[in-house]
Amino acid sequence: MLAMNYRGPLRVRIDDKPMPEILHPQDAIVRVTRSCICGSDLHLYNGSVPDTRVGMTFGHEFTGFVEQVGEEVQKLRVGDHVLVPFNIACGKCVFCEQELYGNCHESNPEATAVGGIFGYSHTAGGYDGGQAEYVRVPYADVGPTVIPQGMDPDDAVLLTDVVPTGYQAAEMGGIQPGDTVVVFGAGPVGIMAARCAWLFGAGRVIVIDHVDYRLEFVKNYAPCEAYNFRSLEDPVVFIKRTTGWLGADVCIDAVGAEAAGSAMQTLLGRKLLMQGGSATALHWAINSVKKGGIVSIVGVYGPIDTLVPIGNVVNKGLTLRANQASVKRLLPRLIQHVQNGVLNPKALITHRVPLEYVSDAYRIFSAKLDGCIKPVLLPPSARS
Amino acid sequence: MEQTAIDPSQVKGWGIDADVRNDPTYPIKRRNNGEHAGYSWVRPSQQPISVEILHSNERPNVSATFGTSTPPAGLSGVFRRIAFRYSESSYGHWLPLMLADRIGVMEGVLGDLVRGHVPNFFGELGWKAEWQHNRKSLMGRILFGALMIAALTGYFRGRRE
Ligand SMILES: NC(=O)c1ccc[n+]([C@@H]2O[C@H](COP(=O)([O-])OP(=O)(O)OC[C@H]3O[C@@H](n4cnc5c(N)ncnc54)[C@H](O)[C@@H]3O)[C@@H](O)[C@H]2O)c1
Ligand SMILES: [Zn+2]
Ligand SMILES: [Zn+2]
Repeated sequence: MLAMNYRGPLRVRIDDKPMPEILHPQDAIVRVTRSCICGSDLHLYNGSVPDTRVGMTFGHEFTGFVEQVGEEVQKLRVGDHVLVPFNIACGKCVFCEQELYGNCHESNPEATAVGGIFGYSHTAGGYDGGQAEYVRVPYADVGPTVIPQGMDPDDAVLLTDVVPTGYQAAEMGGIQPGDTVVVFGAGPVGIMAARCAWLFGAGRVIVIDHVDYRLEFVKNYAPCEAYNFRSLEDPVVFIKRTTGWLGADVCIDAVGAEAAGSAMQTLLGRKLLMQGGSATALHWAINSVKKGGIVSIVGVYGPIDTLVPIGNVVNKGLTLRANQASVKRLLPRLIQHVQNGVLNPKALITHRVPLEYVSDAYRIFSAKLDGCIKPVLLPPSARS
Repeated sequence: MEQTAIDPSQVKGWGIDADVRNDPTYPIKRRNNGEHAGYSWVRPSQQPISVEILHSNERPNVSATFGTSTPPAGLSGVFRRIAFRYSESSYGHWLPLMLADRIGVMEGVLGDLVRGHVPNFFGELGWKAEWQHNRKSLMGRILFGALMIAALTGYFRGRRE
């Protein structure tokens, strides 16, 4: 089968790989119909996630048809068209029981700090992912959800990550009616976080990025105020001034390890890999939020130390909330929002690329070429 | 960028999920303190360990399922095995892994060549996309690279003479 193959930093290609097999009685094999590239894949692509092995297939946002199921699978049937949450979760452990599906303890032997994730290095379990024609899906009765009748597969594939992550970013902000919410990052996740902040009753939503076409998009889509930090002398002072000098009620980090905007963070976090990423956006979030405010972090960082102004967290009495999105937990609500037309995820998809052109798709998304917001890869069988 | 004032009440779905009972919210909302009993739940059946799996020393076992992609091999594999003697809390874990990743890239190129495949670096780097959408910057970078090489060769030639 065709599958994306990681060869090293910035180098990926399409290759012929063996078909995946059922390895556990609760596995399913899924024939992929849509598979996205995510900002999280860029951390792998840039070579900044430890234990990313050459030869691995990435891809944690995918939909597909069930081709085969293991003997303990009861709910899922061959032929079902499913959307598959990016977290691999057993449904049984003490963390799954608390709906912490991103923190499952039975899906990742290599690290206890993160649950299993499809196609996300051995630090997240060593699973080959969905940027391929076929993929092995463990715990098939837990995560995979049949795509409701009439739902566009482009909407469905964004329900595997982007929509729940953006929604959870807003949710963890504990937004009170009338709150001013600042979202750092106008990528797919930040755009969705800004959109969802309104659902929780925000009074004002501000998005900060440095890519103008994305700011233009989010300004109309969320809708929100959108500012390019390159044109602000100091984003923190700007937020203070525009909130009556006390700071935003809630700040959301939807950027993560690839953040631009500070030469020192970029050098230590992205060039020398001496930190778990560049924490510029998180730094701004901590310093822009009001005393007693909440910083919600969905931006992804590596497992090693990362410089953040932790003293200010103490002195300002901040609450930090963070996690991988718990996709399964949020799906019922979010499917409803999509079906009722409250959320329109597929508007984020700017590029539909044949799986065979995966190298170009990564480059376009990573370098933000051609107005790219969200690329989706289409395997040959999904194009006929 | 032109900013327009937004009236929240005109935004589709405004406030539909506002709920004071959602505080404290995720991730601690559904706390049940099940952790007090330790690692004692009824585990899913164990996936047979058919390839070499390195497991964190912060857990006693291999999780019930795991991925079987790219098992440790070669020199990079040696460093990965060393890494897993140290906990996730230690640089002894992460630094060998990062080194192994870099060695793995070289092993990947060698492996390609051994199998008679010369990797198409430009293709893998997606330079076709750069050529289509970012030509000026790509040419600038190529030019810069060429100048650097020319300058360095010139310098070393000069020194030899
Ligand atoms: N927690 C989760 O479950 C989860 C799920 C999906 C993605 N993520 C993470 O969310 C982050 C965003 O994902 P994405 O797909 O939107 O990625 P993306 O790379 O498309 O978007 C990131 C955006 O941040 C902007 N940016 C860079 N530096 C900035 C700064 N200092 N301030 C403000 N904006 C800045 C970039 O220009 C870009 O538009 C990534 O770190 C990704 O790994 C987390
Ligand atoms: Zn993702
Ligand atoms: Zn679990």
